[in-house]
Amino acid sequence: MSDFLLEAVHITKKFGDFAANDDVTLRLRPGEIHALLGENGAGKSTLVKMMYGALQPSEGELRWRGEAARIANPAAARALGIGMVFQHFSLFEALSVAENIALALPGDTDMKGLSARIERVSREYGLPLEPGALVADLSVGQRQRIEIVRCLLQEPSLLIMDEPTAVLTPQEADQLFVTLRRLASEGCAILYISHRLEEVKALCHEATVLRLGRVVAHVDPKQETAASLARHMVGIDVAAVSTRTAPAPGEAILKLDRVSLPADGPFGTALRDVSLEISGGEVVAIAGVAGNGQSELFDAVSGERLEGLTGMISIAGHACAVRGIKARRALGAAFVPEERLGHGAVPDFPLSQNVILTRFAVDDGMVRRGLVNLGLAGDVAGRVSGAFDVRTSRNDPEARSLSGGNLQKFVIGRELDRKPRLLVVNQPTWGVDAGAAAVIRQALIDLARDGSAVLVISQDLDEIFAIADRIAVISRGQLSAATPTAKIDREAIGLMMAGAHEVDDGGRAAS
Amino acid sequence: MRLVLERRAERSRLMGWLSPVVAVALTLATGAVIFSLMGLDPARALYVYFLEPVLWWWSLEELVVKAAPLVMIGVGLAVCFRANVWNIGAEGQLTMGALFGSALPILWHEFQSFPVMVLMLLMGALGGALYAAIPAFLRTRFGTNEILTSLMLVYVAQLIADWFIRGPWRDPQGFNFPKSVQFEGWQLLPTLGDGRMHLGAGLALVAVVVLYVVMSRTLKGFEVRVVGTAPRAGTFAGFSSKRMVWFCLLLSGGLAGLAGICEVAGPSGHLQPAISPGYGFTAIIVAFLGRLNPVGVLVAGVMLGISYLGGEAAQIDLGISDKTAQVFQGILLFFILACDTLILYRIRLLRPQTA
Repeated sequence: MSDFLLEAVHITKKFGDFAANDDVTLRLRPGEIHALLGENGAGKSTLVKMMYGALQPSEGELRWRGEAARIANPAAARALGIGMVFQHFSLFEALSVAENIALALPGDTDMKGLSARIERVSREYGLPLEPGALVADLSVGQRQRIEIVRCLLQEPSLLIMDEPTAVLTPQEADQLFVTLRRLASEGCAILYISHRLEEVKALCHEATVLRLGRVVAHVDPKQETAASLARHMVGIDVAAVSTRTAPAPGEAILKLDRVSLPADGPFGTALRDVSLEISGGEVVAIAGVAGNGQSELFDAVSGERLEGLTGMISIAGHACAVRGIKARRALGAAFVPEERLGHGAVPDFPLSQNVILTRFAVDDGMVRRGLVNLGLAGDVAGRVSGAFDVRTSRNDPEARSLSGGNLQKFVIGRELDRKPRLLVVNQPTWGVDAGAAAVIRQALIDLARDGSAVLVISQDLDEIFAIADRIAVISRGQLSAATPTAKIDREAIGLMMAGAHEVDDGGRAAS
Repeated sequence: MRLVLERRAERSRLMGWLSPVVAVALTLATGAVIFSLMGLDPARALYVYFLEPVLWWWSLEELVVKAAPLVMIGVGLAVCFRANVWNIGAEGQLTMGALFGSALPILWHEFQSFPVMVLMLLMGALGGALYAAIPAFLRTRFGTNEILTSLMLVYVAQLIADWFIRGPWRDPQGFNFPKSVQFEGWQLLPTLGDGRMHLGAGLALVAVVVLYVVMSRTLKGFEVRVVGTAPRAGTFAGFSSKRMVWFCLLLSGGLAGLAGICEVAGPSGHLQPAISPGYGFTAIIVAFLGRLNPVGVLVAGVMLGISYLGGEAAQIDLGISDKTAQVFQGILLFFILACDTLILYRIRLLRPQTA
């Protein structure tokens, strides 16, 4: 009998040519809280999905209590005693707590007995739950409890938790830690995925750090600082910071003053008192872990969502917090959302009609007396395709037929073609190949050097250091002050991504 | 083993247009099977049902009478469905349009000049639009599902109409039959051809042409298509989805109401409990069969008109129930939706993976 509960030995997982996990080895002991750290795309989810049977490794093997195990599917994982709490819950809002849990259990369930068990287990572990309550009426923290209790009822010996605190208030998180420590003391192993390094330091006994699919460190988090953990995660091979001369400060083109916006759905993060000023001539980048309020920030600046927005927003000197996206475009602003297909462009429409999408209200002659000028739209589409080398198989193809990089060049080119005074881009080079990414980044810098203000929201630190004049970090809906790129390093950004700059105002986070 | 529907990488444009043709062919084949199961000669039955209606001049005129309301309602619904707004209650809006439009000739029978006809048509459209405003308000204010509200309001409208026709608006000299006074002169739509064909057909054609231009050339049409296929892109463009719900329901409701008053002021000439043989529901099939395209709706309206006429003919010649027309319409809708699904998806047989 081995000391280890679950071992992942030399695991490699390939998707096509891309190795999401490359020779990863990780060992878990009973009763241990083990942190799995890494940036987005480092391969954490891929690894735990294999442990939970949702994916199969390409090479290497998993061992359960010392014996080679093939975990064919999540049911097999649960049969072994592996439970998982996903970041995004799978609950039916219209059903009660007990009904939701019954759905996950095999065979027929005695609802009365189940309710009693739910109450007992949830009380024992300090996760109070009312079995008869309707899920729709519960807070996000309470919903997470359902997922955890659902796992606990099956008496797991390993519990995998994917960023459990990302959606919790600080108080809820503290309560969760009490539960996890108690579980561990009873011999249950916990694999804990988180971006919040302070949390990991406080809670976990061991940490494995992944970068680009490979294990880069096995450390004892108690012996590390949050800074050293961050350095492991983002890597110390820092790309050379651009030495272009910073622009002379011009007049502020975009001003946000204490802007707040409610979360975009149950997994969003509310924006809290965000203030920011961007002048003509500079590129300001917002760094942060996904889901910390980036899409809410984009919504607030673009005016796509006005309901519940408070604070002041002005574009080119005009207050526009209550004005929609059309009005903001008319003030000279242009926007490129993160999702190009379905948000930035209509998949079924040819490129020419996608030009109309963002320009009907601002271009002379695009719409005359209610009639759309398709000829002019076609000319613009051709001009954009030419200027940004958008490669198309035929004349004016549907947006959906373009590759990701080509379509991204088109949606950015469509806005740049207007020479906007303010450009706001969310994830400008997400999923774009290196060549296209370089074209896009250069275009953003050129636009700023011509006197416009550029706001880039990105998760790619290399990109941010390559193009930004100033960098701010968003974490749990709060934005740090924007610091000149020359005066900040990756370590500091990593710390801020993990929440170092947050205003600790406890109760407000719950709202 | 199980069957899964797998999304196709690309959809065929050709099949997109052929799909209604395939659906019609499959409906005919199924119809033949049903007829032979009923002990009828399938060839003769199909001839009576689908061919005879288009072989005589008078029945061609009758076909126009039946197709006009279908087309008029269908083009409105096509715009609605394009925008992902599901107005299922055109039958109720038609009823309300008929009721509103009839108020003038019933309450002010002496009003006899050209304006009365115009006013009746306007009132009809207004009645339908107002009735469609109820689901629009409920959807935009409370997030109520417009499929349910618009459908349920159909039965409310029919009961309201029934009450008026049997109650306050019953013709005092009508021997107690549940019908209103007979409209006269300017209160009736001008007829075309031999008699039953009327101005409604012309109005339906105008609706087709106008909505064709709106959908293909104007910003409003562009907005409808964007909001329908990619709602997030719609908000990104700055289009309001709530305003779109209002626009679609008012437009389709207005057209249904117009079709309603045209029915009353056209072929029947008075209000009676059965204002339409389900045009408002059949128009849903017309809209889909016509690919949600105004010109396609024109063709589809004629085809569904045939199914009504064929149903009547089959009742007389073959002695089968008039419900067969509804059966055929149902089969046709089923096959259209099935064909459309198979354009977007392929069926695959999945064998369980061997462990």
